[in-house]
This record gives sequence, C-alpha cells and structure tokens, in this order.
Amino acid sequence: MAWVNAIIQGVLTGGLYALFACGLSLMFGVMKVVNLAHGDLAVVAGYIAIGVITVTHVPVLWSFLIVVPVMALLGYVLQRTVIQSALDRSVLITLLVTFGLSVVIENGLLQFFTANSRAIGTGLPLVTGSFTLGSQIQIGYLLVVVFAVAVVVLLGLQYFLSASRYGRLIRAVADDREAAQLAGADYRHVFGIAAALAFGTVALAGIAYGMYSQLQPTTGTDTILLFAFAAVVIGGLGSLWGTLLGGVVLGVAQQIGAQINISDEVLAGYIVFLAVLVLRPQGLIYRRTQS
Amino acid sequence: MAARAGGRHHERADDAVTRPENGARPESGTPLLEVSGLVVHHGQLRALDGITLRVFPGEVYAIIGANGAGKSTLLRTIAGLHHPTKGSVRLDGQDVTRLRPERRARQGVVLVPEGRRLFGSLSVEENLQVGDSYARPGPWTIERVYQTFDWMRERRSQLTAQLSGGEQQTVAIGRALVANPRVLLLDELSLGLAPVVVQRIYGMLPQILATGLTVLLVEQDVSQALRVASHIHCLLEGRTTLESRPADVTAAQVEAAYFGLADAAPASRPGGESEP
Amino acid sequence: MSMVTEAGTRPAAGFRVTRSQRNVAWTGIAALIVVAVLAMFPYIVYSGTTTIIVQAFIVLTMASMWNLLAGYAGLVSVGQQAFVGLGAYFVLILAIHGTSPFAALPVAAIGCGVVALPLWWLVSRLRSGYFAIATWVLAATIMLIIEKFSSIGGGTGMPLPGLSGLSPALLTAYTYWAGLAVTVLALAAMYLLLRGRLGLVLTAIRDDEVAARSSGARVGLARLLVFVVAGAGCGAAGALLAISQLQVQPGAVFSVQWTAEMAFVTNIGGLGTIEGPIIGTAVYMVLQQTLASYNAWYLIILGLVAIVVALFARRGLWGLVDARLNVRLFPVGYWIRFAGEGRRGGAVSSPSRRLTRQPQQTTCIRVRERWGFRGLGPPG
Repeated sequence: MAWVNAIIQGVLTGGLYALFACGLSLMFGVMKVVNLAHGDLAVVAGYIAIGVITVTHVPVLWSFLIVVPVMALLGYVLQRTVIQSALDRSVLITLLVTFGLSVVIENGLLQFFTANSRAIGTGLPLVTGSFTLGSQIQIGYLLVVVFAVAVVVLLGLQYFLSASRYGRLIRAVADDREAAQLAGADYRHVFGIAAALAFGTVALAGIAYGMYSQLQPTTGTDTILLFAFAAVVIGGLGSLWGTLLGGVVLGVAQQIGAQINISDEVLAGYIVFLAVLVLRPQGLIYRRTQS
Repeated sequence: MAARAGGRHHERADDAVTRPENGARPESGTPLLEVSGLVVHHGQLRALDGITLRVFPGEVYAIIGANGAGKSTLLRTIAGLHHPTKGSVRLDGQDVTRLRPERRARQGVVLVPEGRRLFGSLSVEENLQVGDSYARPGPWTIERVYQTFDWMRERRSQLTAQLSGGEQQTVAIGRALVANPRVLLLDELSLGLAPVVVQRIYGMLPQILATGLTVLLVEQDVSQALRVASHIHCLLEGRTTLESRPADVTAAQVEAAYFGLADAAPASRPGGESEP
Repeated sequence: MSMVTEAGTRPAAGFRVTRSQRNVAWTGIAALIVVAVLAMFPYIVYSGTTTIIVQAFIVLTMASMWNLLAGYAGLVSVGQQAFVGLGAYFVLILAIHGTSPFAALPVAAIGCGVVALPLWWLVSRLRSGYFAIATWVLAATIMLIIEKFSSIGGGTGMPLPGLSGLSPALLTAYTYWAGLAVTVLALAAMYLLLRGRLGLVLTAIRDDEVAARSSGARVGLARLLVFVVAGAGCGAAGALLAISQLQVQPGAVFSVQWTAEMAFVTNIGGLGTIEGPIIGTAVYMVLQQTLASYNAWYLIILGLVAIVVALFARRGLWGLVDARLNVRLFPVGYWIRFAGEGRRGGAVSSPSRRLTRQPQQTTCIRVRERWGFRGLGPPG
C-alpha cells in the first residue's frame, strides 16, 4: 500500500513539476534560451506573495491575481532588454547572463530575507487536509488542487498556442524566425510575450509551492530548476503534455527512490534524468515537425 | 510586342501569353521600388557591388545570374534581411534602407524566400493566417487564396511539412499574397521543383499581377525568366552585366552577360542601366 | 575597413607569418621574477595574507579552467563543482589511508582528469543549454552519491586528517607553496596548450565549427582534451581547498557557487584570453576583501558586474586594456608581417579580436598555415 501511495503522490507532484517546467519549455522552445534563473523566479514570486499578504492582508488566493501579472510584465521587460541583448550576442553570453541573474537573485534574497525558510500560510483546511481512498491511501487536498491547476494551466496554454493569433505567432517564430519577420512579425515582441507567459506560469507555480512546502533563497536552484528541466527533457521538448508526462515520470521516480531509501528521493530523479539524456535526449514525446 | 534589334530565338511559340503586355516604362514618375548604388558585404566578401535598379508598378522584373552572383542577396537586402554597406532602397520614393524587415513587410515589400521557408509545425491555414497577421488592406484574403488555388481548401488543416515541393511553394506565395504587398519578391521559385510544376506556378503570375501587384523575382532558369519578365537584370559576381527588356536582347547577349564573356551586352557597366 | 581587407588587395608574395612579438621574452622573464617573488612570501608576509592569497590561487586556477572550457572550447559547464568536490574527496580519502594531503594533491588532479572521461561520454553529444544543465545535474548527482558514504563524512563532512603534525606556520607556508605551484602549472598548461596545435583547433572551432571540421580538425578530440584538463585543474583546486580549509564538507565543496565564481571572474577579466582570469581574480579578491563583512554582497555585485560586462564589454576588462595598448602578456597568436612594412600590415593576433568583424577570415589564415596548406593566398 505504501507503494500505491507513493506512486499517487509522485503522479500528483508531477503536476507541480509540469507547472514549473512549462515556462522553461516555452522559453527554450521558442527562443532557445535556457533560463538558468527560472527556478529563482518562482521563489521570487513566492516571496513577493508573502510580502503582499503581510503588508496588505489580502486573502491568500488574491496574491495570485496580484503577483502573477506583475511577474508576467517583469518577464516581458526582462526579455526585451537584458535577455534579448544577450541573445543578440551569443548563446554563451545568454547562459552566462541567466546564470548571473540566478546567482544575483539568490544572494539578494539571502541578503534581505536571510536563509530562513518561509511558507505561505493559508489557514485553510485545504492545505493541511487530506482525504482517504479505501482504508490506507491518503491524498493531500492541496496536491490534488495543484495538479488540477497544472492541468488547467496547460490546457489554457495549449489552447492559446493553437488557437490565438499570438499563439500562432509564437509557434511561427519558433519554427522560423526569419520567415516570421518576412510576414511582418517583430520577433522581439513575440519573444517578450513568450517570456511573459513563462514568467507568469512559473510565478503561479512558485506561489503554489510556497503553500505546499517551504521557500528558501536557494530553493530555486536546489529544487526547482533541475526538476523543471528534468520534466522538460524526459517528456520531450515541444510538447506541453510531454512536459506533464515528464513531470509525472520524475515525480514517480522520486517516490520510488524514496521508498527504497528515504534519502534517495532526489537522487532517483536525477538518475532517471541522466538516463534519458544519454539514451533518448529527445524525450518520450518527440515532435519531429520543428524545423 | 516591340520590334527586335536582331534575330531572337524563341523557346516556345506561346510564351507571349505569360509575359505582361506593358513593356514600356513611363518617362517620369516614381518607381515603386528603387535601389541605388547598393553595396552589400558578407563578412569580407563583397556580394553586391553598386547595384542600381528601378521597378515600376505592374512590372515583372527578373534578376538572373549564375550561382553566387548575388541575386538572393539582392532580394534579401531589399527585404531588409541584410544591411547594405552603401546605397539605398526606396519604396515609392520613401527611403526604407534602415527599416527592419518586419516593418518593410508591413509597408508592402514581401519576400517569398528561397526554399519556401514555411512554418513546418503549422498547418496550411495557419501559415496563411500568420501571413495575414500584419496584412495591409487589399484584395487578397485567405478566402481569395483558396479560390485561386482550390486544392488548398481541402488540405488546409494539413501540416505544411507534409506537402510536396510545388504545393509548399504555392502556400508560400499564398502566405505572401495575403499580406497584400505592393511589391512581391520571389526568390528562386523553381528551385527543386519539376518543370511542369514550375510552369504551373509561373502561369499564375498574370492573376497575381491583375490585382495590382508588382513582382520582382530571382530566377535560376533564364529561359523561364525571359518568358515571364517585362524586364531582366543580369548579375555576375555582384555587378550588373545586363539590364534590358527581353524583347530587346538576343540570346547570345544574355548568355554573354550571364557568363561574363568578352562580348557582353552593350553599355553594361557596373551600377548603370544599359540601353539596347 | 579592416586591416586584413587592405592586406588582401596586395599581391600574394611579400608577407610572412610569424609567432609572438618581441615582448614575449620580457614577459617570460617578468613572469619568472613574479613567481620567485611570490615564492618568497611566506618568509615576508603575515600568514593572514598568505591565506588570502591561497584563496586567490584557488579562484585563479578554477577561472583559468573555466576559461579554457568556455572561452576556447565553447563549452559552458555549470557543473565544474563536481571536480572541485571530487578533488577534495580524493585528498580526504587518501589522507584517511595515511597519505600526506600534499602528496595526494597531484593524485587528486590526475584522478579527476580520469573521472572526466566517462563524464564526457555522458554529456559530449549535448548542445549548449542541455550541456550546461546536464553538467549541473551530474555535479548534484555526484554529491548525493558521495554523501551516502559515512566513512568519508556522509552529509556533514569531516576534518582532513594527516596535517596535525605540522606547525601552523609551516602548514600555512606549505599550503601557500602548493597553491602557487598549482596556479603556475595551471596557467603554464593553459598557455602551452593554447600556443600549440590545440589552441589553433580550439579557436577554429570557436569561430566556425563546420569549417574547422572540414579543414581536418579533430573537434571531438580537442573538446575532450579540454574537458579532461579542466577537470584535472578544478580537481587540483578542490584538493587545495580541502588542504586550506582542513575539512571537507559536501555542501561546501560541491557548491555551485564555485562555478559561479569561476564564470563571473573569467567573464569580468576577459573570456577567451589567458590574461583575463588573472585580472578577474584580482577584481574578485578586492571585492571579497572589501565586502567581507557583508556576506552575500560580494556575490551579488560580482554577478551584476559580470552581467554588465557580458553585455557591454564582451572581451572583459582585459579586452578594454588590450584594445588600447595592443599588448599580449601571453601571446598565442600570429602576426602577418608584410615585406618592408614592419607590423603595420595586419595584426592577426587572434581571431575575434582586433578584426572583430571578420573572425572567419583570420582563422582561415591561421588554420591553413598550421596544417601546411599550400598557396596561402591573400584573404578575400
């Protein structure tokens, strides 16, 4: 029974990982940017949410409505200025710059907020409560909600990409930037939109994580970035549902590892990640239509 | 047809059908597209060395030349994808040399690039929709494209990566048309396509021209270019070796200009316009 | 227009390609003097100062290695901390079994070089972004695996045995000299490697990989060599770290912060130049000393400066100096001297430098010259 519990836990955690990962996948798929600061942005969003709640005393769920748009806007601005400049220079410079941002953000948080972990207290029974299936399987409410939110967000993103004008433009620019320019699209603006989406989703994920677990300045790189990337790689770049699958595989692998040895949870995930990188780097769901 | 200076060898008897009627140019008036003294470098290599040309409304202006002569570079510079070292590009009198390619496209200079360059993960219809995203007002709509190329309507949900070369070329042209350009730039339409397919595509030019477009095309196949063009411009190693109306030159002169032989066409000097 | 274009309009005859400038002899002598003076330090200065300098040695060694990887071979590794940690643990393991840590240092370096081989096999086919993340995951994985062994300290680490017999002054002095030796060797190895065939191959790859491959360069082998050397170098730095800290903690030696410092220092000083890491390390030490009491600030500022430099001064601080003074302390390039013209004809000292607009051209000359192609014609 412990195993069934573990697997369910892993599947549901996969939803959270997918939520973290879809922004990373978007930025990498569209502009070929590996945003090494991606995880730290989630943590920043969490901290901002904590700050907003502390200062304005709004209900916790309102923090989403405030922080997510702000982060999305920040994403657009950062993309149009810093990241675009780096992209114009070289891939190496882009990696360096995003890595620099990651280090600056983490140490900045460390400096101003100390290394203490924080959580977003909701006071709702939602967070701590759980329901039971049968007699021995216990599933936390929050995790189910997060999984549901992840699916909804992915659906929304999928719909946006396939049916809306900017979604089409994003896909077009990802396929062939020059041809998109020839059709009248300013790819820098389109990149900005993609970055805004990425920052917005990762902010959402960060706040959710802050409710579900603890946030520390180093959570961005310790926990989030590598897991998000693992979800993208395992699932396969270019497919949002692949990212969900990747997240689930990662989550389940971690829980299985934990069952074998409680301290091997993270290690199990990394080993699966490395195995996929070596054996099937294109991931489980491979879309061959990218040019 | 204008009187010919010397004997001219006809490839086909019915080629007059495809060539636009008006071969004469207005004495005054602004050319729709004007390129002056264009010098373009690829790194150290001087790809274009002082190119000047003028395209007037309604013309089919063909640029011919051997591989590496600079034809595609010229078209891409006009579209804004390359920055010239010297010289200017004017659209209807306005200097667009410094405009980014997307701005130029929105102003009406639309390039159908070499190799089609469709969005492979998008369907036929989505490709057209992208072309429509920043379209100018005009007679061309997605619906009209479907009417012109009726096979497209049934296949519109298909991913373009699954189409044949000729079909892809047509979709690429459709994508450009939907933007209602003033000048349609066509880069090597015939590349990689069967002659029959190429004929069919070029056969649509009159329909396109009838809606008020002007066409500037690059073509590897000289005889094809001569069939459809109202003016031809020959490049060799980045310099102009011939500029004339097809009616006014002999095949031998074209050949000489193409290969850079000694007895080249009359009065062909770099950067200048030649007179028959 | 660039100088090489002007050169290109000259006839093919009448120029020769030479190595270094006249000043390399002076630089060599100066370097020897500097090293000799530095070697005297334990006799001259307080041990507090030598300890700080040892820190500088560690950072300089790591920065040089990262420079080799990213600046020359184009490999952005965010996982070099794996080798730093492994180097430290090699020393620890050997010390536990009775070897003197100082004797273990070279073994650690070689050991890390050997470990680099299977790791390269895992990541070699990956491109930039994937490569970066993969190296990071590898480092994290290695740390987690090592933490499982309680005999070497498990998750909390343990002190380094084998040095308690030495007096503090002697320990500091030995540590210092070990650091000096490691740094000098690292810089010398980098200089010699880059001055030779490998350097040409690497710069060719950096400029245009496809062209380099088709010219016959063994791209994969060159990259492998760089990865192994960088692994060994970082391992040596890690070994030095263990000795200077007298303890080995996994969280400290495997911290990604080392890679951050390596990357920023190199970038600020000048990526792709040998002098760059030296300057960058100097900047780093100044920052660290002045901000020592402010905890995380020096990393924040270092990171911000690195970002600004990456975006606005691509060649780093050394690049700014070099552009004005036209000086190379460690020349690895070539000059083209035209007959009867001294050096005015063209400074082809390194691709992507003076001729910032036409790197391909420059490399073409260099690579072809080196592999004995006939008919070295004028560029263009």
